[in-house]
Amino acid sequence: MSPSAIDYQIMWNRLIAVVEEQATTLIRTAFSTSVREAGDLSAGLFDRQGRMMAQAVTGTPGHVNAMAESVTHFARIIGAQNTFEGDVFVTNDPWFGTGHLHDFTVVTPVFRAGRHIGYFACTAHVVDIGGRGFGPDAAEVYEEGLLIPIMKFAERGRVQALLVELIRANVRTPDQTVGDLYSLAACNEAGDRRLQAMMDEFAVDDLQGLAEYIFEASARATQDAISRVPDGTYRNHMRVDGYDFPVDLNVTLTVAGDALTADFAGTSGMSAFGVNVPEVYTRAYACYGLKCAIAPEVPNNTASLAPFRISAPEGSILAATRPAPVSVRHVIGHLVPDVVLGALHQALPDTAPAEGASALWNIQISARPINPGSGLPRREILMFNSGGTGARPALDGLSATAFPSGVSTMSVEATEHVGPIVVWRKDLREGSGGAGQHRGGLGQVIEIAPRDGYELHFNAMFDRVDHPARGRNGGGNGAAGRVELADGTALRAKGRQRIGPEARLRLSLPGGGGFGPAANRSPGAIRRDLAAGYITQEQAREIYGLKDIGDPDD
Amino acid sequence: MTRIRVGVDIGGTFTDVALDHPGGLTTAKVLTDYAQPERAILDGVVAAADAAGIDVGKIAQVIHGTTLVTNALIERKGARTAFITTEGFRDVIEMRSENRFEQYDLALELPAPLVPRKDRFTVGERMSAEGDVLLALDPAEVERLVDHVAAGNYESVAIGFMHAYANDAHEVAIFQALRARLPDLPISLSSVVSPQMRELPRFNTVIANAYVQPQVAAYLSRFVGRLRAEAIAAPVFMMHSGGGLITVETAAAQPVRLLESGPAGGAIFAAGFAEAHGISSALSFDMGGTTAKICLVEDGTPKTAKSFEVARSYRFKKGSGMTVSTPVVEMVEIGAGGGSIASLDSMTRLRVGPQSAGSEPGPACYQRGGTKPTVTDANLVLGRLDPERFAGGAIPLAPDLSAEALATHLPGFAPRDAAFGVTEMVDENMANAARVHTVENGRDIEHFTMIAFGGGAPLHACRLCEKLGIDTLLIPPGAGVGSAIGFLRAPVSYEATRGLFQRLVAFDPCAVNAMLDALEAEARAFVEAAAGGAETETLLTAFMRYAGQGWEIPVILPLRHVRAEDVPMIGAAFEEAYRKLFGRTIEGFEAEITNWSLVVATRRPPARPVPRQTGHTAAPILRTRPIYDAALRQDVAAQEVDRAAISPGQAIEGPAVIIERETSTIVTSTFRAVEQADGTLLLARKEARA
Repeated sequence: MSPSAIDYQIMWNRLIAVVEEQATTLIRTAFSTSVREAGDLSAGLFDRQGRMMAQAVTGTPGHVNAMAESVTHFARIIGAQNTFEGDVFVTNDPWFGTGHLHDFTVVTPVFRAGRHIGYFACTAHVVDIGGRGFGPDAAEVYEEGLLIPIMKFAERGRVQALLVELIRANVRTPDQTVGDLYSLAACNEAGDRRLQAMMDEFAVDDLQGLAEYIFEASARATQDAISRVPDGTYRNHMRVDGYDFPVDLNVTLTVAGDALTADFAGTSGMSAFGVNVPEVYTRAYACYGLKCAIAPEVPNNTASLAPFRISAPEGSILAATRPAPVSVRHVIGHLVPDVVLGALHQALPDTAPAEGASALWNIQISARPINPGSGLPRREILMFNSGGTGARPALDGLSATAFPSGVSTMSVEATEHVGPIVVWRKDLREGSGGAGQHRGGLGQVIEIAPRDGYELHFNAMFDRVDHPARGRNGGGNGAAGRVELADGTALRAKGRQRIGPEARLRLSLPGGGGFGPAANRSPGAIRRDLAAGYITQEQAREIYGLKDIGDPDD
Repeated sequence: MTRIRVGVDIGGTFTDVALDHPGGLTTAKVLTDYAQPERAILDGVVAAADAAGIDVGKIAQVIHGTTLVTNALIERKGARTAFITTEGFRDVIEMRSENRFEQYDLALELPAPLVPRKDRFTVGERMSAEGDVLLALDPAEVERLVDHVAAGNYESVAIGFMHAYANDAHEVAIFQALRARLPDLPISLSSVVSPQMRELPRFNTVIANAYVQPQVAAYLSRFVGRLRAEAIAAPVFMMHSGGGLITVETAAAQPVRLLESGPAGGAIFAAGFAEAHGISSALSFDMGGTTAKICLVEDGTPKTAKSFEVARSYRFKKGSGMTVSTPVVEMVEIGAGGGSIASLDSMTRLRVGPQSAGSEPGPACYQRGGTKPTVTDANLVLGRLDPERFAGGAIPLAPDLSAEALATHLPGFAPRDAAFGVTEMVDENMANAARVHTVENGRDIEHFTMIAFGGGAPLHACRLCEKLGIDTLLIPPGAGVGSAIGFLRAPVSYEATRGLFQRLVAFDPCAVNAMLDALEAEARAFVEAAAGGAETETLLTAFMRYAGQGWEIPVILPLRHVRAEDVPMIGAAFEEAYRKLFGRTIEGFEAEITNWSLVVATRRPPARPVPRQTGHTAAPILRTRPIYDAALRQDVAAQEVDRAAISPGQAIEGPAVIIERETSTIVTSTFRAVEQADGTLLLARKEARA
């Protein structure tokens, strides 16, 4: 009995459950903080040609296209004749994986009745990969840690002991990093078991029929959605802080019928620091931004991603070439959706939000005893923090919420158990949302001090300090970010710095831009904002023109 | 002599009553009275007592569960509440986890916090993670705070300070200052309501408690008054979300513990049958009109968790509600029920739910104005429901309206294909949720027995078992009022929890023993109040992980004072639990404990065993009619049997439809049903699978 359309739909539905289960397995067993707390991972199923059929929705849109492309590299480099049952492939090559050395991609070929029919792949951010550690200060990728080219982690079921020893010897956290590799391999195995059970149930021997069904339906739906975008050429320019110089991001969006291209010609060249972005990561975030606005309901697979043709000039900061440092590629990468959405806004004026804080304000803190002989342990603490998102055409922006990234923050109480710090403040930054008919989301203020006997070192990797999120359609800019000590001493927004034992670090995260003129905001909304303290009295009077502050409770 | 006890469950549509008396079990179902829920309860109790021929004055115990708390949180109909917290953390409940639960929706709206920002007050103070004072309260500032709260005319106050689970001194100081000035104001403390690490769920919990407290206290007082007026002098107990009973006084002080008490009763109902039938691993499956709920029941006990998410605002999506940390029977709930609406998405893919037609207008076949195709419509078209006998004939069903709704809204499919697709897709969704839930708990679903109840479950359970590889399925009797029956079986219990961080390498037996004593004293006090002198059992759980991980797993430990020499035992218990969940342990990592929980519960009388009958005679057959078999993809000639006419020991070979007043049980071609001595239908696979 050959499968019917309903069968294919049920199998498609099941595949999505299979990859979600694959991802859940990884989240629950991973050591990496960013995987389990923040969902920094991805998982998916591919056909024999390396085309992605289904992918779990996780915290990282940056992995979307990156993974989709990655498996084709594995298929090409390892080759069908060298692919055996029981093999597990691996790489952390930024240009073949997901853009920096901290992300390992593990690919497991799927066999059925001895025949190679597809691949499971997954990616996770590991705790450490040696080198300088997670930060922007390396001059070349070689300083950023160990690079494992595309190769076999296991062959015919046997783990390559030599590779494991090499990794163990080159990283600060051998147990965790290698443990995460095993978790990745195990999560592919979990996916494989479910897939085989499904194929038994539906009595199918390969994935091709299902793959074609998925690709055909997804391509059609995506192209239909693109066709509804008015034809034309739309350009946008956005300047952001960068590290060593302000970075110009330029895009030209061309829509013609069901074809869409986004070309980043005119974008700045590479930085001397690790904020460079491999093109695969640029494509992922550009595609994510466009897909949210144009075809949000189509699941991610090769066919639903392919219609978004995205390119950046080789050697630009958005298509960095070897051996550029790329460790914190997420900072510029997270700003890419704002660039494409700004262009798309010209075609779809009721869809795209204003610019937001966008780049996460992650902070990795090294707590070091002041007196090395004190016996106090060194600790590493990682926090994820988000500023405000841009206001939407009909809604305010979201305060202290990640976009485009989908990661979560961690509990402050849990963080204070991890290391000797006190977080004295982590709450909304009043008045930081861009003014507008719809207000930008608020940023947040975070204050961190060492506990007794410690000093702190941290790698700053913060943007939108010199170039705030811009409003749209007459909306005001969001507040710029600020990095300083609590006494007002300014600190740098990028690079490694020290917080002395008596000092307190203060991060003021950027707000999102407003949408529409502030004069059009309803007096009720202005009063509510004032009562809540989202805006200051001065803003209410000066920017929103509220004449009678009155009793905010009325 | 058996004491006469009554269980009462207030649900969204119906108030169910189960009366346990020497003559057996008598049930009643009345419409829920939203304005005065206690009125419907009394009507139901009187109806059940009359039917049983019993004087209501003879009732010895009243057990009550209600959706009142859940509804107050969903509908935002709580008290005007002030929240007092540590300076610098005013917005914890508003910033949530800083993520978006739906990644591709640019117009996403996050649920508003229960207490708006203007009603959230801060005060300078700070405890360290270990509970040491880093910043002391300033009495002058406390006075000013009390002034502000007093001026605000609040109906309730919640206090939640950072690390208050480790040291409650500052919360207590604020409580006393407020109490002195405002003696009648209800005040909830996070260190009392939910003393566990992680500020967001703890703050959510104390706020939810304060928010519903005045309403619940008033309701309970009216309810008890009403009982007394009817000469029912029996003590009243409330079902809590963890699957046990507490006194009305405890419930009035900690109403957040009443969340989800109805579904917890359903899980206990299933657990009773699991125990009676000697089933050690059971999957309870409850499907109604809007949602389906799945719960693991092992060794006769529903699985519990220390937190859950309430009031999901976005298609039942994880993350769209608020997480509260209160002991709860762990349940997976998905938007799949008889009223779930089918549609096509932009890829012409069939989608079912989570939107539901509910009971008004209901499925198209109800002829009440519903035009969209639902799961019930699909079941009707496939012959699984008898149009003339639905709800005992009270709701005549119109198959032509179902066919029309399917054809209109699911173009491109032949009507039967569409109907098959709808039921198969909803079964897929439920099967996937069940599979993920068992995987997350490190279990293999094929080793479970399913226990199905609720209006929709008997229609879908057999197909679900086929999909999940489950061989045995129980359909208990009385499934329409399962929760109320479950209440009657619940022990008196109280779970005390505490955050006390311990690395095993630096284990502090003194601190742990002090904490254990406090937990036990607390839990015992509540249980004694409700069941003085009863025999009890205790369960100690430590929540543990490898240092550096973020996800703790429950580890059951013996309850006794610990010594330094016990550390290897604790480590070994953790490794065993870890291996059971994840299939391995990890070398070279130290383990740590974050939170602790201690349950004290009265010992339940063991369920009377029901010997398994394998079926020796055939049940009387009403007629044969075609139904669609999803696994075979064709119509099959099914025997139709009236459940009321089957005797214990009689067997029905699938394919069959077993009809009863409230629902129908579908026996697929691969299963065989046998009536058991207690009225349960036992469905087993005809042949063990290869």
